[in-house]
Amino acid sequence: MVKKVEVKNLTKIYGKRGPRVKELIEQGKSKAEILEETGATVGVNQANFEVNEGEIFVIMGLSGSGKSTLIRMINRLIEPTRGTILIDNQDLMGLDKKGLREVRRQKMSMIFQNFALFPNRTILENTAYGLEIKGITKAVREQKAHEALELVGLHGYDDQFPSQLSGGMQQRVGLARGLANDAEILLMDEAFSALDPLNRKDMQDELLDLQAKMHKTIIFISHDLNEALRIGDRIMIMKDGVVVQTGTPEDILTHPADDYVKRFIEDVDRTRVLTVANVMIRPNTVNIDKDGPRLALRRMQENEISSVYVVDSERKFVGFADAKDVIKLIQQGSRDLKSVVQTDVPITHPDVAVNDLMDQLSSTPIPFAVLDDERQLVGIIVRGAVLGAIAGNEVTQ
Amino acid sequence: MLVLIDKLPLSDWVNSFVNWLTQFTGFFNGITNFIGGIVNGFQWLFDLLPVWLFIVIVLGITYYATRHGKKWSLLLFELIGLLLIWNLDYWRDMTQTLTLVLTSSLIALVIGIPLGILMAKNHTFEAIMKPILDFMQTMPAFVYLIPAVAFFGIGMVPGVISSVIFAMPPTVRMTNLGIRQVPVELIEAADSYGSTSWQKLFKVQLPLAKSTLMAGVNQSMMLSLSMVVIASMIGALGLGTQVYFAVGRNNAGNGFTAGLSIVILAIILDRITQAFNRSKRG
Repeated sequence: MVKKVEVKNLTKIYGKRGPRVKELIEQGKSKAEILEETGATVGVNQANFEVNEGEIFVIMGLSGSGKSTLIRMINRLIEPTRGTILIDNQDLMGLDKKGLREVRRQKMSMIFQNFALFPNRTILENTAYGLEIKGITKAVREQKAHEALELVGLHGYDDQFPSQLSGGMQQRVGLARGLANDAEILLMDEAFSALDPLNRKDMQDELLDLQAKMHKTIIFISHDLNEALRIGDRIMIMKDGVVVQTGTPEDILTHPADDYVKRFIEDVDRTRVLTVANVMIRPNTVNIDKDGPRLALRRMQENEISSVYVVDSERKFVGFADAKDVIKLIQQGSRDLKSVVQTDVPITHPDVAVNDLMDQLSSTPIPFAVLDDERQLVGIIVRGAVLGAIAGNEVTQ
Repeated sequence: MLVLIDKLPLSDWVNSFVNWLTQFTGFFNGITNFIGGIVNGFQWLFDLLPVWLFIVIVLGITYYATRHGKKWSLLLFELIGLLLIWNLDYWRDMTQTLTLVLTSSLIALVIGIPLGILMAKNHTFEAIMKPILDFMQTMPAFVYLIPAVAFFGIGMVPGVISSVIFAMPPTVRMTNLGIRQVPVELIEAADSYGSTSWQKLFKVQLPLAKSTLMAGVNQSMMLSLSMVVIASMIGALGLGTQVYFAVGRNNAGNGFTAGLSIVILAIILDRITQAFNRSKRG
């Protein structure tokens, strides 16, 4: 694999930066300790990593972890205090203003959290910005910008202004602006964080589709581990300016480097676990205290199922009646529904994890009755609904 | 401390400085000729235009500037106001005042906008300029008349110069402010795609600062209009002269009519520049 970006000992110190700060950093003191002793804030503390050509490298951490500073040091929007940045083995720190500008024009495009589209320019002009400042002729740059917009799925918005577009569409323009430039490296700073969850997932898919075609080298900043796991080929986790762990999503899930990473992962697992309450559906019931067999049969017909759940006036669970038995009861001319209620029904609780129920669920033909602490019937579990929920990942809270 | 020493000869120092400066006659004559040229050009144009054509042009400009939200009431006001000025026999005075205002605003713009840009780009320059701008704006405007006469004689030119000094600060300040208000992310976007300083300035910063900048231009124009009466004391012709005379002769009626004409002109200039600002934003 070819190394596209190589970062060594990259450090950013805000505020005072006497020799003492350097000493403390080298001693491996933490951000809080250095702030306490010197008053200087360590943005990024000796970060080391490599990004291979064609991979999506996700840098992840909470706010204040230094990830935004780090990505801005890669194109020197923020001047590093110390360290080396190699792009295609070219040292970025050794470049003068002009050389740096050339690298920014040819090699790297940045995509921003709040889109950073120019409000005074049309969508097409925004997309063509990178090409325009490179001095490419109008016809060529508009052609390329138009192609980039098509690529991200924006048709017919060329002459509109950013304020006329929704957030998701604006970020597509941001992405198109990056792609139109033909840069090999995309720096994406929390690019999807400002979007709503549905749009975010769309854009993640879109990015993966584009990546499959274009094989860019992408450095992606995120504070969302789910996002990192979804799109990242490799993930680097940061905390307080220090790199905590770098690895594939699998590595990170299976061998978290420390408690900090472990806590992150637990967060993810919790959301992935479905409880009974997430997948149960509303049952049709009859009230044993007042309803007779004819009504019970009617309920079953209404719902096209061959059984009905029986509760009492307080919705406390009584049992379950089968169509065959109810019909027999009607033929006998009896109104006593109680005589045919079966009570040996599988029962569970709303908080039980679906995973724990899977074995039993596949062996019992009768749906599970879900009872809360008062033994009231709050739902039933049908096998189809559970499988659907697991496949679709859509969880009702 | 200051009580113990004699009165500082501050005014003497300023006087000898002004005297020292007057030896550069050639330099000041050059400026006088240049500004005089602009003044004469405007005045020649306004004298050439018949009253009806002048009114039509003003209405046409207003119509164009307010095309995104017609204001018939403004057009009507302009028509009646200008006809009133003509009826009161202040037409030529009004065009002279307009000449003074347009010339000094133009110069304030040409000098003020680059200064504002420099201030936005350079913290040191901003720190130096801020007290100077405060000084320019708060020093009583009368005071500028004295050196202006010393360097440029009497007439329109020293009037224009003192108006420029008094009226320029809002343009400088608002240009600076407008550029500094451009969101950081947009500057980062411009930088990250490899823009040069000039590209960033002309493609991002100035277009986005435009409406703030135009508000400054509007204010400068209003301030230079407020200098009209003061400048008449050193022989700048126009409606100000009429007010000045009316004061000298204790003629309240003439003072009112000339003052009213200034108000009408001020409202017209203000509404037109504001309308341009709005239409450019939309």
